[in-house]
Amino acid sequence: MTFRKYLTLAAVAILAACGDFCLARGMREFGAVTLSNWSRLFAVLVSPWVLMGVCLLALFFCAYLSSLSWADLTYVLPATALSYVLMALLGKLFLHENVTTSRWLGIALITIGVGFVTSGPSLTSGYANRVRRGIETALGDGGRRCP
Amino acid sequence: MTYLATWGGIAAIVITATAGDVLQSRAMKEIGDLGVIRRTQGIAKVARSVLTSPRFMFGLLFMALTFFCLMATLSWADLSIVGPASAALTFIANAFAARLFLKEHVDHRRWLAAVFVFGGVALLAR
Repeated sequence: MTFRKYLTLAAVAILAACGDFCLARGMREFGAVTLSNWSRLFAVLVSPWVLMGVCLLALFFCAYLSSLSWADLTYVLPATALSYVLMALLGKLFLHENVTTSRWLGIALITIGVGFVTSGPSLTSGYANRVRRGIETALGDGGRRCP
Repeated sequence: MTYLATWGGIAAIVITATAGDVLQSRAMKEIGDLGVIRRTQGIAKVARSVLTSPRFMFGLLFMALTFFCLMATLSWADLSIVGPASAALTFIANAFAARLFLKEHVDHRRWLAAVFVFGGVALLAR
């Protein structure tokens, strides 16, 4: 793992939390969406908060795809779990949501979990390793075969 | 909105997100390291490789569904509940799906991390 790859994982966590925060802020202004008025989901796309959330989540998606191209799904997801911690903090600071003692304990557990997974290898899947070694090219199967 | 509606929304997010994540991960492994491709063949090649992958597009469809489920659920429930709860359950579902469909080696360290993150997110959702 290079410093650049750690930066990509950090970007995934920060952009996800900020994007979801903006979406929540925008949706609060529109009120509840139910099955009877589901078409309002399209109307909220003009909200500046929702638009900003969409832009941040688009950037998150680029960073997420990049990280998935060189690391396992079961590595990327826990390694970027700090976004949940950021979400709770943003909810408390800007949406005035209640963050109790048990939630702070949850934040501590997530941080420990992130520490566990990031200390291990980032890529283990047989398929990905075969791609890395170029076996598909040698077999001429176009990468369609499964392990 | 009711407790049931909140958890129904969270369940919809979890199912669509897991399907999307597995498809995207598989597509990216097939394409290769995007950083290396960008450095050697340029950003246009990266965009072309990603956008012409059928698995990527199918995964994108599921991610779009996740997005609309998330927006709907956020309109009646707290972000500090929906975000962590859906993420925790998606995390566990993904661990099983990655082992089953992507053949990833989920060792003790990753299961331990899964348990810690799941526990932490469950506490956040209380």
